[in-house]
Amino acid sequence: MAMFRQAARVAWKDLRIELRSREIVYTMVFFGALLVVIYSFAFPHEPRAVRGSVPGMLWVALAFTGTIGLGRAFDRERENDTMRALLLAPVPRLAVFLGKAMSTTALVLAVAVVCTPLLALFLDAPLFAYPGPMILIVVLGAIGISVTGSVFAATLLKVRSRDVLLPVILYPLLVPLFVAGTSCTAALVAEIPNFDAAWYWIHFLGIYDAAFLVLSIWVFESLVIE
Amino acid sequence: MKLYNTRAVRLLRLVIRSVTKAPQVTIPLFLVLAAIGIAASVYVVFYVAPLEYSYNEAGKLNGSSLFFNQKIFFFHVAHAFWLFGAVFMAGVSSILFLTDRDPVWDDIASAATDVAVAFGAVVLLTGSIWGKAAWDVWWQWEPRLTMSLLLWLVLVGYVLVRRFAGPSADRVAAGMAIFGMVGVPFIYKMVGNDSHPAAGTDGVVATLGPGMRVPFWLSVAGFLFWYLALVIIRVQSTIAEREVRELRERGLDLGVLQ
Repeated sequence: MAMFRQAARVAWKDLRIELRSREIVYTMVFFGALLVVIYSFAFPHEPRAVRGSVPGMLWVALAFTGTIGLGRAFDRERENDTMRALLLAPVPRLAVFLGKAMSTTALVLAVAVVCTPLLALFLDAPLFAYPGPMILIVVLGAIGISVTGSVFAATLLKVRSRDVLLPVILYPLLVPLFVAGTSCTAALVAEIPNFDAAWYWIHFLGIYDAAFLVLSIWVFESLVIE
Repeated sequence: MKLYNTRAVRLLRLVIRSVTKAPQVTIPLFLVLAAIGIAASVYVVFYVAPLEYSYNEAGKLNGSSLFFNQKIFFFHVAHAFWLFGAVFMAGVSSILFLTDRDPVWDDIASAATDVAVAFGAVVLLTGSIWGKAAWDVWWQWEPRLTMSLLLWLVLVGYVLVRRFAGPSADRVAAGMAIFGMVGVPFIYKMVGNDSHPAAGTDGVVATLGPGMRVPFWLSVAGFLFWYLALVIIRVQSTIAEREVRELRERGLDLGVLQ
């Protein structure tokens, strides 16, 4: 229990910095909104075509903004040279990792909260027809991106070309997550919604998140050494 | 966790040390075995193994008969076997590298990945040719194809990280190999139905015609030795590179080199 309190404290530290500067959240959300606008020009608007393409738009926006947010969240520690201080803090490394993953999840969710209504508004997509499963899959997706992303963003901290390498590493590993996310969203926005498929993908993503969370907890300590 | 002190790991390390300590013996040995195996399998595949075709109940030729096109199967599957062998090897070596910190594990993981990229390219190319013959499309999003492609992308990413991530590349790459290995079953589960010839007890390998088993296993064995020889050569060259670098640094320190 103490571990979760410490993790929450690390996450709260990140979020408090963020609430004061609002640097990452503003840029991420604005970037996500720009993506949505570009999508609305780049893809056809007929209702049928929108039902087919809107899941991809949502999840590509989450993937792009997620990597930007991850890169910035860890760059901040590097610029102020506080990563060492964070690792030296008298809490287990695990708490540091979980805290970082939690604060990144919050940032990705902030983007989702803006992008999803925008997509629904601009493209007239029925994204909110079934809010329950929709929220569930987006939350699970945000957790998955942030957990795996935090491990690699932290290990790439000292690497010169980290901005390019983070997506190079992350996207192949996260493909199952994006497939689950888009398939579930597609099942929910289809003309005849397929709830069996939607729940299958929610379960799939839940198991995926759990497996990668356990793996991340296991490797974080050996990967991130200063 | 004292993973690196278990008896199995000590034994594994002993085997690897003895294999890599005597490269002048193991590399030629494996290369000769590979040459014999591959040459023999080429001969048996093209001159001995029967053509693949079958008749339906009406006595007409089945539309799914592949005839000569089926020959590529022997090389495709042999490469696919050792592609997955290499990924497993890279993943396990990376786990051992993170627990043990012995650079030899990292060298093995990196060598296995380099070879796996080449084998993966062969698998994708031959698979695409097979797909055109059997399913009349060059590419189909079905589980094993998708899995091979995504695995190959992880491997290419791994090679890029090794090349460009600088001093901490070994740790980043080890993490990537482990995550990639764990991701494989998810990728497999994720894509709909399987149009590959089935695997398992009633699958294609077990139901191969009597004339096709020998060339199949010959080819698998030949490419196994080819794969092992390549990995050992790669490990040797990495070790040599490191020694040259260290010698150069020592020479610079002593003022012998400029």
